Amino acid sequence: MIEDLYQELIIDHARFPQNRGSLAAPSHSAHQYNPLCGDEVTLQLLVENGVIQDIAFEGQGCAISTAATSIMTTLIKGKTTEEAKALGQLFRDKITGNAEIEDLGELEALVPIKEYPMRVKCATLPWHALLDALRSETT
Amino acid sequence: MLTANFPILEIPSRGKRLAYLDNAATTQKPQSVIDATAHYYREQNANVHRGAYWLSQEATALFDQTRVQLANWINAESSDEVIFTKGCTESINLVAHSWGMNNLSQGDVILVSRMEHHANFVPWQQVSIAKGASIVEIPITDLGEIDLEAYQNLLTGRVKMVAIVHVSNSIGTINPIKKMIAMAHKVGAKVMVDGAQALAHLKVDVQDLGVDFYAISGHKMYGPTGVGALYGKRELLDAMPPYQTGGSMIRTVSFEETTFAALPDKFEPGTPNIGGIIPWASAITFLEGQNLLEVAAQEANLAQVLEKQIEQINGIRVVGKAAHRAGIVSILADWTHAHDLGTILDSEGVAVRTGHHCCMPLMKRFNIVATTRASFGIYNTMEDVDQCVAAVQKAKRIFG
Repeated sequence: MIEDLYQELIIDHARFPQNRGSLAAPSHSAHQYNPLCGDEVTLQLLVENGVIQDIAFEGQGCAISTAATSIMTTLIKGKTTEEAKALGQLFRDKITGNAEIEDLGELEALVPIKEYPMRVKCATLPWHALLDALRSETT
Repeated sequence: MLTANFPILEIPSRGKRLAYLDNAATTQKPQSVIDATAHYYREQNANVHRGAYWLSQEATALFDQTRVQLANWINAESSDEVIFTKGCTESINLVAHSWGMNNLSQGDVILVSRMEHHANFVPWQQVSIAKGASIVEIPITDLGEIDLEAYQNLLTGRVKMVAIVHVSNSIGTINPIKKMIAMAHKVGAKVMVDGAQALAHLKVDVQDLGVDFYAISGHKMYGPTGVGALYGKRELLDAMPPYQTGGSMIRTVSFEETTFAALPDKFEPGTPNIGGIIPWASAITFLEGQNLLEVAAQEANLAQVLEKQIEQINGIRVVGKAAHRAGIVSILADWTHAHDLGTILDSEGVAVRTGHHCCMPLMKRFNIVATTRASFGIYNTMEDVDQCVAAVQKAKRIFG
């Protein structure tokens, strides 16, 4: 059912994204672009002692990528970078078909995207941006 | 019923009736093309132009027959002027490299319309960089038509090539290419027309158009994928060096030098896509049996009905309002992104394309990133329109 994918939680996050904006002094940042559909996201992080203290994003994209980014930022704020990376890995595994994975909370709303493989990149875009950002040591 | 000729239309999509509205990306294949493909591999498969045996002779004769049939279909003076390629993209690259690299120099100008597909844009951009020529945009109006006055003003003696699409793949505009070709010729420029979208909908007569180069796609005219053709005027093709070299395109080879074969072989090195080119003839035969004027009118009518009904829905508008348009409708909804709309349509069995349609400069012209595009073909009916409208209404309910 398409309504399983475009449920209220997703539409709310797409319409009123959390942590949209920019940080005054980010420690890490990255830009991700999906040339297939034009979705783009710029992610900024403030990491202190291995903990993501603050996070913000800007960009444009479809409801799925916007909601996925919004949900990701709410879930990883306050987590260590290692915990955030691990969560991203679980999420990527789950939406590419590994049904054994535990309940992932709000991320579960995005799991029905697995029926539409061409849209999976929309949901994983922010997580790719996160990995890129954590590899960067920007000013 | 025409739809009965296209078995794929009987197969449900996500459990729903398939409303195939992505004909600008590729058309479905009639039973005759499917049969010809199977028949070729079952009974006719051999390499062409080289076997000393009966089967190869037969395959060669059939292969050459497609060339003759295609040449007749577009009214080329000779079948030597029809070069087989793997598609429009390769046809245009052939001209950009072989003609462009040898005829362009510093200070020359290539005019490229704002509505070109990347296939008729990027090759010219790359050649212009290599040769120090400049690439200049032919602007389009807000309706999505070529600005002919601006085009006239751009035509100076420095213009050596004009690259123009016959029918826009993203907004459906049918360009006045005959007039534009005549205008270009007055200043001595050559014209490369991208005909990818045209052949399934319009009767193309290359001699009447006076076109120098015309790129053709097989799979967008109900034929197999992986086959296309370049039409070029004989005197131009004769003067051009080979694009790629290798077997089949030579006359003699020695360590000292290689001499090249005559047209069309000069531009066809290696084993061609024989299993695609032979069945392509069946697609041309299929089109020969249609009244294309009626087909084009019917497709344009379905597109107009879709446009009218869909614009009744709040927040929807259609990009590209040219007076002469093929059956292509590019949709924008201010309440959702093109990809979300595309996915919801998909869940209702409606196959459309979403994105920039390989026309990023055109998208930028309209300050948009992506559209949801419905494009019509010969088998589409009002049922497809109704299914599409209902699916857009459903999306509207979901997004509110």
